[in-house]
Amino acid sequence: MRALLLGRWLRAGPGPPRPESRNGGNGGHRGNGGHRGNGGNGGHGPLRKVSVEVLDHLEHLALVDFRDSEGVERLHKAIQFADQLHEVNTDGVEPMDSVLEDRCLYLREDDVTEGNCTKELLENAREKVEEYFVAPPGNIPLPKLEERETFLQGS
Amino acid sequence: LAPWVPVVGLEIHAQISSNSKLFSGSQVQFAAPPNSLVSFFDASLPGTLPVLNRRCVEAAVMTGLALNCSINKKSLFDRKHYFYADLPAGYQITQQRVPIAVNGCLSYSLCIDSKMSQMVTKTVRIKQIQLEQDSGKSLHDDTRSQTLVDLNRAGVGLMEVVMEPDMCCGEEAAAAVRELQLILQTLGSSQAVMAEGQLRVDANVSVHHPGEPYGVRTEVKNINSIRFLAKAIDYEIQRQIEELENGGTILNETRAFDSKLGCTVPMRDKEGKQDYRFMPEPNLPPLILYDTKSLPANMNHQQVINIDWIHERLPDLPSVKRKKLVEKYGILPEHSFTLLNEDGLAEFFESVVKRTQMKPKKVIGWILNDLLSYLKQHSLTVKESPVSSFLLGDLLNLLEKKEISSTAAKQVFAELWKGEGKTPLEIVKEQKLGLLQDQKELEQICQAVIDGQENEVIMMMLG
Repeated sequence: MRALLLGRWLRAGPGPPRPESRNGGNGGHRGNGGHRGNGGNGGHGPLRKVSVEVLDHLEHLALVDFRDSEGVERLHKAIQFADQLHEVNTDGVEPMDSVLEDRCLYLREDDVTEGNCTKELLENAREKVEEYFVAPPGNIPLPKLEERETFLQGS
Repeated sequence: LAPWVPVVGLEIHAQISSNSKLFSGSQVQFAAPPNSLVSFFDASLPGTLPVLNRRCVEAAVMTGLALNCSINKKSLFDRKHYFYADLPAGYQITQQRVPIAVNGCLSYSLCIDSKMSQMVTKTVRIKQIQLEQDSGKSLHDDTRSQTLVDLNRAGVGLMEVVMEPDMCCGEEAAAAVRELQLILQTLGSSQAVMAEGQLRVDANVSVHHPGEPYGVRTEVKNINSIRFLAKAIDYEIQRQIEELENGGTILNETRAFDSKLGCTVPMRDKEGKQDYRFMPEPNLPPLILYDTKSLPANMNHQQVINIDWIHERLPDLPSVKRKKLVEKYGILPEHSFTLLNEDGLAEFFESVVKRTQMKPKKVIGWILNDLLSYLKQHSLTVKESPVSSFLLGDLLNLLEKKEISSTAAKQVFAELWKGEGKTPLEIVKEQKLGLLQDQKELEQICQAVIDGQENEVIMMMLG
């Protein structure tokens, strides 16, 4: 069991989503193994600001609303908190991406055991047409920054 | 004018042939009442978790082995995020970092000329094969400005086969996909019927001048048959060449093939470049596969997948089957291609050969010229043929024993085609097509003819 350093920044409940600080393109990979071993700031590292473009990009991708400057501030503090990870020297250590890495992946037999519950599934649908779910036509993209009423415009 | 080098790569999604879905126990079936084959997990209701289907893993391993890939003994699952009505979870579980199989190759053949008399073999590299979930189906209702969503297909297992851009035209791509289709059907890992959406192909197309770097590529989607695949690619290559020669540029975009117009058109702009925010699937540990050497001693064998065990049980692939046909029956390689290209034709041919004394090299002519052309004319499959292999075998025996002429044999064949249940012998008797075998009877007829033409005979004898 690894012990996690809980900093002052830990809040109960879900915080704002963690952005990739690099602008990931199409099929962007989660490269890391970043070893910036010479940190040692103890949670007081430089407060890295996130640009308006990235914030707008995030709002499009995840459909979150940072709402006001306090929301953005919370985001910056969350990044700062997470940056503490860079203080650990990970030279020559394989990145861990799941605490389940030593578990066995259970394999199920190819039998039909579920389904046939159309009525139940449609119960919560606000709109339905002959047992189909109804959705708006295609994705409705978030309007561009200039066209939205968001405080990000002022930044 | 400098020549253009077209470059074609393919991304192929093959639906895995299994009873239940990749991560849930709901049924896999084409054409069922909407949302009747959907479990709580498929509908992405909170609190549900993915449970991997063993059969899907085996299908992917078989396919990887058949395509000469290295099977990764440890592969990982990831989430690919994007919003769409038919993706209830908001992400697809796929294998982006470490897929189940990598670095394979596929050999396929092309006819050099239209007479099918010369074939050339080419190979295309397989970059990887990954396991992933299919999405549901959206039916767009433009009149009422809404989309109807059916999740029956959501969660069905897919094998994505990525082919490197080693092809240069529509014909090569079509031949490669056709061979892949035959391999998948032989393995049984996918039924690969394009018309039912079990095999979907996207093409990546670009052009450049030799010696220069690759051009900007476009992705072409919405291709529903192998024939359209070749058309779409060739159209796109032409379109790009014309655009560039007119001083224009190629956009890195996704285009849809319009089969009615025979051209590609830009698809709706999806809000700029997609960022899928890949992350490891937190609910699934790594997928570990074993071989005979690494087999763990104490594990429940239902939980273990042994790559060597699967390898030993692979059926003969199409290329091996063709070779065997050529060696066993002395037919031409081109013939073996046609035999395997039609479902059931090779078996029909072998069945006829067994039943008749006629040499296989002669039988093949009847199969490929007579039987096949009749089938094509009437749009029938081999299974639907009114002429069974038994009937054809009997007919060819009559021909071989010289009881009928070859012209008569064609007549009998045409009669058999009507499917009225008569045997070849019965038809021969009915239509008096039999060759006379009795020497005395022949002499009598000849004598009668000569007797009846006295004048002509005298003229002949005088010179």
